[in-house]
Amino acid sequence: MKTKESFGRKVLKYAKANPIVVMLVIVAIIVGITKENFFSWKNFGNLMSNTAIRFLIALGVSGCLITKGTDLSAGRQVGLAACLSGILIQRGDYTGRLTQLPELNMFVVLLIVVAIGIVLGIINGLIITLLKVPPFIATLGTQTIVYGICLVVTDAQPIGGFQKSFIDLINGRIGQSNGFHLPYLLFVALLFGLYFWFLYNKTRHGKYMYAIGGNEVAAEVSGVNTTKTLILIYTTAGIMYATAGWLLAAKTGGASTSMGLGYELEAIAACTIGGVSTTGGVGTVSGVLVGVLVFELLKIVLQFLGVNPYYNYIVQGLVIVIAVALDVRKYLAKK
Amino acid sequence: MSEFVLEMRDVSKSFPGVKALDHAQLKLRPGTVHALMGENGAGKSTLMKCMFGIYKMDEGAIYIDGEKTTIQNPLDAWDKGISMVHQELQPIPARTIGENIFLGRYPLKKLLGIFPIVDHEKMYADTEKLLKRVRMDFDPRKKLGTLSVSQMQSVEIAKAVAGNCRVLILDEPTSSLTQNEVEALFRIVEDLKKENVAIVYISHKMDEILRISDEVTIMRDGHYIGTWEAKQLTTDFIITKMVGRELTNLYPKRENVPGEVVFEVEDFTSINPRSFRNVSFQLRKGEILGVAGLVGAQRTELMEGIFGTRSHTKGTVRYQGKELKINRPKDAIDQGIAMLTEDRRGSGIMGVLSVADNISIASLNKYVEHGIVLNTKKIDELVEENRQKMNIKTPSGKTLIQSLSGGNQQKVLIGRWLANNPEVLILDEPTRGIDVGAKYEIYCIIADLAKQGKSIIMISSEMGELIGMSDRIMVMCDGRMTGVIDGKDANQENIMALATKFE
Repeated sequence: MKTKESFGRKVLKYAKANPIVVMLVIVAIIVGITKENFFSWKNFGNLMSNTAIRFLIALGVSGCLITKGTDLSAGRQVGLAACLSGILIQRGDYTGRLTQLPELNMFVVLLIVVAIGIVLGIINGLIITLLKVPPFIATLGTQTIVYGICLVVTDAQPIGGFQKSFIDLINGRIGQSNGFHLPYLLFVALLFGLYFWFLYNKTRHGKYMYAIGGNEVAAEVSGVNTTKTLILIYTTAGIMYATAGWLLAAKTGGASTSMGLGYELEAIAACTIGGVSTTGGVGTVSGVLVGVLVFELLKIVLQFLGVNPYYNYIVQGLVIVIAVALDVRKYLAKK
Repeated sequence: MSEFVLEMRDVSKSFPGVKALDHAQLKLRPGTVHALMGENGAGKSTLMKCMFGIYKMDEGAIYIDGEKTTIQNPLDAWDKGISMVHQELQPIPARTIGENIFLGRYPLKKLLGIFPIVDHEKMYADTEKLLKRVRMDFDPRKKLGTLSVSQMQSVEIAKAVAGNCRVLILDEPTSSLTQNEVEALFRIVEDLKKENVAIVYISHKMDEILRISDEVTIMRDGHYIGTWEAKQLTTDFIITKMVGRELTNLYPKRENVPGEVVFEVEDFTSINPRSFRNVSFQLRKGEILGVAGLVGAQRTELMEGIFGTRSHTKGTVRYQGKELKINRPKDAIDQGIAMLTEDRRGSGIMGVLSVADNISIASLNKYVEHGIVLNTKKIDELVEENRQKMNIKTPSGKTLIQSLSGGNQQKVLIGRWLANNPEVLILDEPTRGIDVGAKYEIYCIIADLAKQGKSIIMISSEMGELIGMSDRIMVMCDGRMTGVIDGKDANQENIMALATKFE
């Protein structure tokens, strides 16, 4: 029989299972109390918009991780989408314009970069399923290729001069930026979060994905079309990276080839912190969200503490190692 | 000197929520084979882990030669002359026999009198001696991966007795061996007995236990039930003690009536010339067709070929006269065939997923609504229905399947296939690694399915099971079908004769 757990008990249980999250929240509270402006609507809005884009990328990677794969091309795909969006969305009267095309509607541009994301995802999926190249190597290869394409397309030039409406819309919000407000990006993230939750929990595709991660051979024997499922997963991921790249270009107000550098690693780390198991078959959308939030919170905390940005990487790296080490402990104890 | 080389007295060990061992004991005499028996979960492996210092015992003590000792860890156990051959071997196939045996304790020599390097000459010379001890005549430089499973096991035994071994534990040593290989293993065991080694023999196979062991200790639910001289024991007595109740029959009464031929396989041949070839057989409605053969007879490969996990070059499969095109498991499933695979962990369960996920994975198409949404309520019903019908012991459908016992996992997998309502069920070693009580339940399920008119193909390496359950037994040897015996006429001898009919 199920007994209703009290809310306090639930929180305690969660805290026990996720010490790293608790630690960071405590640190954030301390920073909030000691530093001015930490608990402000502006900071909250920042955290939300930063998290939103990273969340989309992490959602894309999560499917790959759950099926025991990975996608190292994620960051570069985001970068390529950002650069392409930038080129196509430049104002018609901008002097540094890189294309002779007429000024395009931003949503047409979104469709174009998403289409490219789909192609890249299918390529990743085909390399992994048909050529049987391990995902780590396959996506390491495409990562390099995608970066190369990005360099060729942009001629390594930074891209600016976007249509104002594009920047304004993506950076828009409900409410005033100095008071309570909710950035539009937050709603984008919520929408995709809900969609992925539905996909992972309520559809055949989701069940097949967990089954492949749990035991690929058993899934195949049970009649799961593993090839199709995996290609779909990498393709969905491609769509997410493209969308994130398009959003990122607007959020930044410019694009360059270095965009998205290392994003795949942060996404993988966030997923792992959020409980996506690297041994496959385990992971939830809410976990991914928590993982990304923790990571973004960490960045803001470090910024508020006035830590030299160069140290950020060291701290982030430590958090990844500690989080996973603690996570693994849970399973070791059960043995 | 004590009459026992090793004693474990009054050992208790608790885990959160369960008392795994409750005053268990084990007394080993040198130069004897001591069978340790009990159902899965009776505490055998916990007791062994206490012996090896992997678990700290809450109460009790270990005595070696009558003297109280503590064993800190497996290495300490090894130093004290205790070693173990695990049920699932963990070899490194890409390295040589010698390297596998001396893994972790390579003999060293000094290069230029300073740098320690591995002394390969000595290692391989020693390996050769050790291999002789287990009656193996192999080049110690041969890659381990080129050996058969039983040969690898012999290598493991050689490794286990390499030191000053006084107590050797064999955990389910014959689970993947053929009859001939079992004989070879028994010869090694007899040799070791003469060398005064005490052998702990953990197995579920009654006939082996009664044949090889001198003493038998039986455990149940963590309790010590007793120790008997093997000579005075019968199978029935052991089973009664193990399950704690009378088991009147090993096999259920079968009421199935085989009908007309529904499933035909003709001239089925693998793309691999050394695998199955020119196999033809027929299966009737409501029939249980046993498939016998030694390991390497390609029985599993043949069935995987039919099911579409392996390729074939020629041959046809027909159901009710209609030829089936099967290229992958999905094709077979769509046409009413199911296959319970041999390797439950490797290709059956998805360990980190729930019972509900595991049971529904092959039949998800049935629960899709509005073209996309899964009806989880229907899936819950499926779980509940199977739980009641097959007496699956699981706290809920959300429980991870890996936390269930082997027998219950197997029932979930059977449920997975039945959800598709197949007409032909291929069961590959359906009771492997399952304890006696659960075995009987699985037999009942199989018998019941046949009675309902399902056609069943059952591969098994246990003769008793084949003879006890099959309407007919098809025997294979080296990729060919060498004969079909009527269930009533089948016995060990005529099956073995066909199973060893090499060309």
